[in-house]
Amino acid sequence: MNEAVENHPLEMDKERFGIKEPGARYDLQGDIPNEERVRKAMVNFAKDINRTTATYMEACVHCGQCAEACHYYVQTGDPKYTPIWKLEVFKQAYKREASPFAPFYRMFNLKKKISVEQLEEWQELIYDSCTMCGRCSLVCPMGIDIATLVGLARHGMFKAGLVPHELHAVAERAEQEGSPLGATASVFEDRADWMADEHDTDVNFDKEKADILVAMSSIEIMKYPNSIGATARILNALGESWTFRSEGYEATNFGMLSGNVEWQKHMTMKIIDAAVKCGAKLVVLPECGHAYGALRWQGAAMYGKPLPFKVQHISEFLADVVSSGRLKVKKVNQTVTFHDPCQVSRRGGATNAPRVVMEALGVDLKEMTPTGDFNWCCGGGGGVVTIHRADKLRYKVFELKMDQIENTGADTVLSTCSNCRQSFNDAQQHFNWDKNMESLLELVADNLIED
Amino acid sequence: MELLEFARGDGLQIAVTIFAAGLIWRLVHLLMTLKKTDLSEARQAGEKAGGIRTIFSRFLHHEPFRERTRNGTIIAYTFHIGLAIIFFGGAPHILFIESFSGLAWSPMPTVVVHVTAAVTLAALIAAVVRRMRHPVLNMLSNFDDYFSWLITTLPVITGLLAVAHIGARYEVLLAIHILSFDAFLIWFPFGKLMHSIIVFGSRYTTGVTFTRRGARV
Ligand code: SF4
Ligand code: SF4
Repeated sequence: MNEAVENHPLEMDKERFGIKEPGARYDLQGDIPNEERVRKAMVNFAKDINRTTATYMEACVHCGQCAEACHYYVQTGDPKYTPIWKLEVFKQAYKREASPFAPFYRMFNLKKKISVEQLEEWQELIYDSCTMCGRCSLVCPMGIDIATLVGLARHGMFKAGLVPHELHAVAERAEQEGSPLGATASVFEDRADWMADEHDTDVNFDKEKADILVAMSSIEIMKYPNSIGATARILNALGESWTFRSEGYEATNFGMLSGNVEWQKHMTMKIIDAAVKCGAKLVVLPECGHAYGALRWQGAAMYGKPLPFKVQHISEFLADVVSSGRLKVKKVNQTVTFHDPCQVSRRGGATNAPRVVMEALGVDLKEMTPTGDFNWCCGGGGGVVTIHRADKLRYKVFELKMDQIENTGADTVLSTCSNCRQSFNDAQQHFNWDKNMESLLELVADNLIED
Repeated sequence: MELLEFARGDGLQIAVTIFAAGLIWRLVHLLMTLKKTDLSEARQAGEKAGGIRTIFSRFLHHEPFRERTRNGTIIAYTFHIGLAIIFFGGAPHILFIESFSGLAWSPMPTVVVHVTAAVTLAALIAAVVRRMRHPVLNMLSNFDDYFSWLITTLPVITGLLAVAHIGARYEVLLAIHILSFDAFLIWFPFGKLMHSIIVFGSRYTTGVTFTRRGARV
């Protein structure tokens, strides 16, 4: 067992993944002198400076409008949650170290050196209070993609050993064991077999060649295993040549969320290698938002060249097969609302896919206000749901979601992200709320018309 | 009058030189940073067109954001448009532009320019009061924000004083007005006034990235 997991025992029996009740704190990893921490944070942040990020760093006019799009500011009114403020120390470091007038800033000490205390303070802003949902990126009049910058700031924070413990522990476990939740390959295979029985279908494991490689998220494997059965039933009904592969099945990427680029690459490469090995033409990603971003938009950068296969989120795959008529579904007499996972809709461009599927199911869709690309985040993305000390804040921002849902009058909430779903279930328990979030994938599988 | 001659002559020349050198350095520095190629498979073609579209579409907030951003947007638009009307519509300014570029167009009626200047000044004052009082803006603001505000507002104030002949002889007022414009040019490349150029780059970049993804820009 690694050090972080020993010091911070994991709560495996709880509804969501985390560690046992730590108090308010700033977390540090490793025994590094303070100056070295700061240096590492800055050097690694500087590594990510390219034309795009430099342009963003120079563009901000301090108009404060991004605050109005962020659920943390909107719900608390606390100015420290202003999106661009979350980057303030890194902006300061950029000005001092890498901007066009950096020598002047240094010579006259116009921008002060960043201190480790500042970085500790910013840990809460960069991790606990940013789900990287990208709503702020849509409002910024200068077009700054703030969410991407937060992701880059996390790279520096990780190298400096300044990651919230739970997120660090989860990421480290994923790197060492192949899954953040203990869903090792053999556990996955066991659970997949169980689901094959439950769903009375075949689950393909480690087929040598297949057209489609399917990945799953540990959250599904451990908490919502019906996703496995549902996916298998649908692919079998379509007569697809598909497989899970034991060397590359885990779709979540806590390397990316925690800010460790090496781990991110390692996790992504497992799926890429598995797909290449079995000759897959398509990788279908599960109901997981960040998994989509990690492979669909960042996967090629990790691979160093374009991916030799297509990548689809399961909702895109379902939209394709229902609209082409290949997959037939029964009409469902239900009033539903749909929660858009930020990384699939706003950040991923697949906003329409679940709506195509819901139309095929004939559900009565009551959209939230705002919805689609402007939907409010569930508050659990970006690894935030793992961080215990952020719970109070997370519940506060979830109230926005609850209001949105209540206002639709729908009976059921559907979504296509298991991370949203676990955040939702956790908050639902906290608030004793009678609404339930269900999986669109499972709804499709439950209403298949099989010949 | 020596001050006026300096403001129009050497002063302006020095200002333009610093302006041009600073501007070029800042843009060259940006262009020298590495360009990262996006290797992901695009969902759709037309990313460059999407980038250009975003330059224009971000002039207006998406509907769901409008209510919460209304005050800031109205104030910002008022003084941005106001400054453009004053600079490009005022007869003396057009003569000034013609003197170095040869380009000229018919000026706007004087009264329109004067009223616009008054409204612009009011909006600029509203902007700085808001910056000091709004918790978010107050927290975000630094020397650059206030100094850039000052350097933008001074030419408006001195211009109004000059046309109204208030406070000193016209030549003196005119000299001060031109000097304030010289100061504006000198400061331009060093602070946030550069946003008037960088905005095209940042909007375009985001537009390209998200058009590739088929996502909202
Ligand atoms: S909206 Fe954009 S320009 Fe305005 S403060 Fe936020 S990041 Fe800066
Ligand atoms: S990405 Fe989302 S959570 Fe993060 S600052 Fe922007 S709006 Fe807030």
